[in-house]
Amino acid sequence: MEDVLPFLIGGLYGGGIYLILHRSFVKLIIGLIILGYASNLMLFTISRITRGAPPLIPEGATQLTEPFADPLPQALVLTAIVIGFGIQAFAIVLIKVGYLTGDTDDLDKLNTTDRLD
Amino acid sequence: MENELLIVLLIPLLAGIFNIFLWRNIPGQKVVFFLSTIVMVLAAANLLYSVTINEVITLQSAGWEAPFGISLVADYLSALMVFLTALMGLIIGVFSLFDVDKKRMQFGFFPLFSFLLFSVSGAFLSGDIFNLYVWFEIMLISSFVLMALGNTKPQLEGAIKYVTMNIIASVFFLAGIGVTYGITGTLNMAELSVLMNSVDDPNLILLAMIFFFIAFGVKSAVFPLFSWLPASYHTPPVAITAIFSALLTKVGVYAFIRFFTLIFNQESQFTDYLLITTAATTMFIGVLGAAAQMEFRKILSVHIISQIGYLIMGIAIGTKMALTGVVYFIVHIIFVKSNLFLISGVVNRLKGSFELKKLGGVYGKYPFLGILFVISAFSLAGFPPLSGFWAKFALVLAGLEAKEYLLVFFALITGFLTLYSMTKIWNEVFWKKDPKEEETDEINEEEPVNIKLKMIPVAFVTIIILALGVFAEPVFSFAEMTAEQLLNPHIYIDAVLGLDQ
Repeated sequence: MEDVLPFLIGGLYGGGIYLILHRSFVKLIIGLIILGYASNLMLFTISRITRGAPPLIPEGATQLTEPFADPLPQALVLTAIVIGFGIQAFAIVLIKVGYLTGDTDDLDKLNTTDRLD
Repeated sequence: MENELLIVLLIPLLAGIFNIFLWRNIPGQKVVFFLSTIVMVLAAANLLYSVTINEVITLQSAGWEAPFGISLVADYLSALMVFLTALMGLIIGVFSLFDVDKKRMQFGFFPLFSFLLFSVSGAFLSGDIFNLYVWFEIMLISSFVLMALGNTKPQLEGAIKYVTMNIIASVFFLAGIGVTYGITGTLNMAELSVLMNSVDDPNLILLAMIFFFIAFGVKSAVFPLFSWLPASYHTPPVAITAIFSALLTKVGVYAFIRFFTLIFNQESQFTDYLLITTAATTMFIGVLGAAAQMEFRKILSVHIISQIGYLIMGIAIGTKMALTGVVYFIVHIIFVKSNLFLISGVVNRLKGSFELKKLGGVYGKYPFLGILFVISAFSLAGFPPLSGFWAKFALVLAGLEAKEYLLVFFALITGFLTLYSMTKIWNEVFWKKDPKEEETDEINEEEPVNIKLKMIPVAFVTIIILALGVFAEPVFSFAEMTAEQLLNPHIYIDAVLGLDQ
């Protein structure tokens, strides 16, 4: 698993950035979501994956025996997913309202607020 | 002792939740908001007071020992920042009564404002990097909604840029947390500070540092990453811009100070170069951008960037004098910048425009407002004896002591160009003749009483700015104590990990 995931993460980062560089609103938001996935997966992978060894102290023992899966990264990823979900939901609505108000889905046309005049 | 920490956070949270239940009752929301913010200012003052006695106050949530649970920590810097947050919340809250329209209030302006104060204070008090990430996200979502509230076209356009850049920053922040956890196995800042020194491979530390640098760089708007700020800050109502300029970028700077004094404090030439280059380019390009603008709020918002450059300059030099300057500068800039934004709001209410070309003659009709502006603008440019002078003096002195002559040169040039942008506003808005003098100005006559009321918060902040300059000594010695504490991370570490008992 640890040999495959880095390539997947790299692919996700690359795909996310590729989509962000498009002009379309929808591709922008999908790109942002994919970037979020890439970071979550990276956080999960980088803290060492251990399979089939829950961090439970066996009966009779007083200490955990190595190797065991670290539960903290999983909790972190879960939190990050939930937060990301909220932010993405807001971003999607914002982009929809922006599309309806501005009557365009071309990011290059969003250049009125930082123009010198 | 620990409860003092918690109360500061609980007050705005409860006020925000309570105000959601008062959704349709705007007068009720106002009462709850102001009561809670006044109490928050008192609680923050109390926290600041007890921090000066106890040095560092920590709270281990749910009683879990430090590296395992989530710690909330208040040292001098955190307590000072929380106090400023609460105070600015109150002042700008008063101003927003006259500035934010009823429609925005109906769609939850006050609860959002409370949540913003809650999350910003939380970010200042967090002692755990993942917890800091969560506070950042709460802060982002409240600021996203405040930015877009009202659904006008420029606001939505600004908000899309703001949201995009900040989501990318969060992605980098999360990646940085991942790398940090991977190399040290902890998220507690105090323990990280200890463990970072025993990491074998300095390149891994650099990797984590770069991720955090990008994340905080976007939040605090440093040179290559600031593009969201000029695009969005001038779009919402002035009260919202003022609170953003007071708090949001300063949270990024606070994170810079915390991380680079506590966690990434190893000797590294790359880090030094990175910070110094960022500082010089940020302040210079920021001020050039401001000089090119011809709109009141845009000049001020682009100018925020150059002020961030000064703060990064102090962090880059990193001596005691430099950090003293940074702390004093943060206090100074929070008041001065917000005050200038508030003045731009008052002028807009008088003349109905932010465009310099359409404005004029304000000094002739409202000399008091002119004086308020001059005090703030000269303070920003760094005229003695106003607060900006002492802030820049400390930074420049620190730069000369550290033999960073090029950086000092840029700082001085930036000071001159700041003066140029402020003079431009003065000439165009206050001094020159009103271009539409011949026409009768209805907006002008409409609400003289309201204008006087609006000037109360402005005058109040101006008094604070004057006091900061004239009585610089107590603030400066507090800043010195803060710098000393930042340069001795073991005080923080011992307090959090409970090693001093």
